[in-house]
Amino acid sequence: MSTSSATAPTKYWSGGKSPFNVEYGKLMMWYFLMSDAFTFGAFLISYGTTRFATTGWPNANEVFNTFPFAPEGVHTPLVFVSIMTFILIISSVTMVLAVHAGHNMDKKGVVKNLILTILGGLAFLSCQAWEWTHLYHEGAWWGRNPFPNADGTLSTTNFTNFFFTITGFHGFHVFSGVVINVIMLIMTLMNKFEQRGHYLMIEKAGLYWHFVDLVWVFVFTCFYLL
Amino acid sequence: MEHSSAVLHQDHNVGGGVKEIWKVTFILTVLTVVELVIGFGIYMLWFGEHDSFLVHFMKGVIIILMLAKAFYIVGYFMHLKHEIRNLIMTIVVPLLLFVWFITAFLYEGNSYHNLKNDYNPYYKERSTQHMEKKEPTEEKKEEKKPEPLN
Repeated sequence: MSTSSATAPTKYWSGGKSPFNVEYGKLMMWYFLMSDAFTFGAFLISYGTTRFATTGWPNANEVFNTFPFAPEGVHTPLVFVSIMTFILIISSVTMVLAVHAGHNMDKKGVVKNLILTILGGLAFLSCQAWEWTHLYHEGAWWGRNPFPNADGTLSTTNFTNFFFTITGFHGFHVFSGVVINVIMLIMTLMNKFEQRGHYLMIEKAGLYWHFVDLVWVFVFTCFYLL
Repeated sequence: MEHSSAVLHQDHNVGGGVKEIWKVTFILTVLTVVELVIGFGIYMLWFGEHDSFLVHFMKGVIIILMLAKAFYIVGYFMHLKHEIRNLIMTIVVPLLLFVWFITAFLYEGNSYHNLKNDYNPYYKERSTQHMEKKEPTEEKKEEKKPEPLN
């Protein structure tokens, strides 16, 4: 991994090279992702604290048990959200493949995998939009919670407030990730990266997209499983 | 951009290649499926004894699986495992401190819950108030009936 002689250890902090052995943009993307992780972490921790401090809470599998085009009365807990999770994981895999194609300067592979990633992101956003619309039609919104607690008692609006805020914040990140990926696709098609000689920009966009997937893993676990 | 291409060709560690990507994908899929099965199992068990030790243990297992998924996504998809140690530490150390943040706030939430139930009788009584079940379909049928003109 080092550029100097095999016996002497690489001096990373003496100037002239990046101390972390990555380019500036990539390091800054990591720092931005850390700050975003703290923001989402703060949201999820406040959700956890509020839930721990509240006596009754709705049962997630009673609330989130619908599926598009399923007949009314059919309860399908966890099915729709599992599909959303798999869509996002697969879009993450196609993103990794796009980055990998970028390392090999394979423009066709980058384009193909970026398109698949964008489609995955759009599919996830559509699913989330359906879930929100469906819940809205059941009477749920910020400040309105029609669902009873698991034991039948009157529930708090904190449930819907947290759900819509956190999934909305995450959905906004997915949307901005899709926009960034579209820009990456356009830049790739315009041969910008071939001119530069490297696809490092795709790698940075890839970091952001994986972060979005990672946050979904935490959000989905906290809201639907725990 | 000579510096960055030098970084790319000399220092950049591509990692395991396509095979590793698919291997990690398989692991993530398995972890997700196991999480979902446990989640569904908790849902089945919850009717009856939702305070049982087994349910809490299962939730702990789900949390550990979630952290395993995070490890694989950050380590392999985001490539962190193949970076140099200083960068890995820059990411991992603050997140380990984050674990204390989570623990402290959940402990506080629990304490607040106990104090509220002990010292706030209004809250305790309100939390036992049952919810009236609304019948939205019946209301709609009533609305649709036209008023007879007399």
